[in-house]
Amino acid sequence: MVPFDVLRVRQDFPILQETVHGKPLIYFDNGASSQKPQQVIDRINHYYAKEHSNVHRGVHHLSAKATEAYEAARKTVADFVGATHEEIVFTKGTTDAINTIAFSFGETLKPGDEILITGMEHHSNIVPWQMLCERKRCNLKVLPVLENGTLDLSEIDRFLTEKTKLFSFVHVSNTLGTVNPAKELISKAHAMGAKVLLDAAQSIQHMPINVQELDCDFLAFSGHKVFAPTGIGVLYGKKDLMESLPPYQGGGDMIEYVTFEKTTYNTMPLKFEAGTPNISGVIALGEALNYMNSLDLQGAFQHEEALGNYLRSHMREIPKVRFIGEAPETCSTLSFLVGDLHPFDLGTLLDQQGVAVRTGHHCTQPLMQQFNIPGTVRASLAFYNTHEEIDRFITALNRSIQLLS
Amino acid sequence: MSKSINELQDEVIEEFALFDDWMEKYEYIIDLGKDLPLIDEAKKTEDRLIHGCQSRVWVEAEVLDDRMCFTADSEAIITKGIISLLIRVLSNQTPENIVKSELYFIGKIGLQEHLSPTRANGLVGMINRLKSEALKQLAK
Repeated sequence: MVPFDVLRVRQDFPILQETVHGKPLIYFDNGASSQKPQQVIDRINHYYAKEHSNVHRGVHHLSAKATEAYEAARKTVADFVGATHEEIVFTKGTTDAINTIAFSFGETLKPGDEILITGMEHHSNIVPWQMLCERKRCNLKVLPVLENGTLDLSEIDRFLTEKTKLFSFVHVSNTLGTVNPAKELISKAHAMGAKVLLDAAQSIQHMPINVQELDCDFLAFSGHKVFAPTGIGVLYGKKDLMESLPPYQGGGDMIEYVTFEKTTYNTMPLKFEAGTPNISGVIALGEALNYMNSLDLQGAFQHEEALGNYLRSHMREIPKVRFIGEAPETCSTLSFLVGDLHPFDLGTLLDQQGVAVRTGHHCTQPLMQQFNIPGTVRASLAFYNTHEEIDRFITALNRSIQLLS
Repeated sequence: MSKSINELQDEVIEEFALFDDWMEKYEYIIDLGKDLPLIDEAKKTEDRLIHGCQSRVWVEAEVLDDRMCFTADSEAIITKGIISLLIRVLSNQTPENIVKSELYFIGKIGLQEHLSPTRANGLVGMINRLKSEALKQLAK
């Protein structure tokens, strides 16, 4: 395998060659969505030009071809996370995957049962559980976050009890960049008899994920954050557990036999894939993971880590910069504020200089409330970013601060 | 006779034509933001808040001699600068003229990107609010 070479990898992503306001694009908004390699774009084109038909339906050539490509992608996803193909359900994204479990697993809950989340969850890992708790008269518990952006693990035994039926938490915080000790938390939850859903939306693109090793019961991630298109995501669920749950949505593909009196359901994974799926999205997701597999991923992740450290050390040199989240274990995502400057102002001036960052509450309003801030500026990196881009970002940031002060 | 909305828009366009690059332009907007006549702290209430903005924006509308008077505030200085331009163009105008005005200056001075709803900075929300306040007066 060719050792990771960022300049070569950048050539694979056409959008990285674009200019914004006449300046070369510096894309530091990978936490919101990653860019797509040509290989993935071509795959979508090829699918619609040569292979498209509905899957799992027809006996004709195209349907068989589409089904073959669709199921091959499922195998690729399964291999990528260490699961079996029957344990991989395609969803619209992480949000859809979490909602699927909130409904299906939720159906097994009784009044008084508890769901545990953490104080650093994305709205998509808060609201579905609030809706479930309202529907089933269950209680939502929130494991607190400390000032440095880590979970308050000293409180875990108070929050994780025999009443806890499910612990759903984020692997890597989209706002703070904190990497949570997933394996340890999962084993603690299992010791109390709780199931675990791991939100891997911000970890799947930054580190190797193996569901066997983690032993999580469910895992969710989005395709578009891992170099695949939007509108496609993955729900992993342990097979026996998934078989025991009621289906989420009813419709075509998820059935075995339908009469007006009674319907029997398909087995995993189709039981959870009602209706015509996002076939091109699934195939493109498979291609995105093929692309990742073709890279020296270990080298890519090391490069990312070096970028994260480089960014943090240069940011520390800027007066009045305050990091929101200073966990010892972080990935290459950094939230910050500068003095009392508003994130929107900084984001606008950075954009004028070709730098794409995210500003605002990052869909983690409760976390913003805890830190008593309106939002942050977030730079979130991917393996195709460079040290030189960080230098230019720092220059652009300094210039923005100067203009606003 | 005070200037019409379009005369004021043309004035703003002329001023912005003097700037060579984005930095000068934003420096000017930031200065405008700093000079914006602020809304009373006591009037920063929920009903004066424009939703959908990344920074909170409050707008107060009053009527003086059949003309609308606007004051506003925001947490973000660039947003304040843009509001200040809007207020300059629309304040002291009759409700009728405000409602039927077409705000072409925003595009002409290169702030059209702020009009995109995805910018979430609420420029569209601000314009809608100023116009709906004028519309309320017309309906009275």
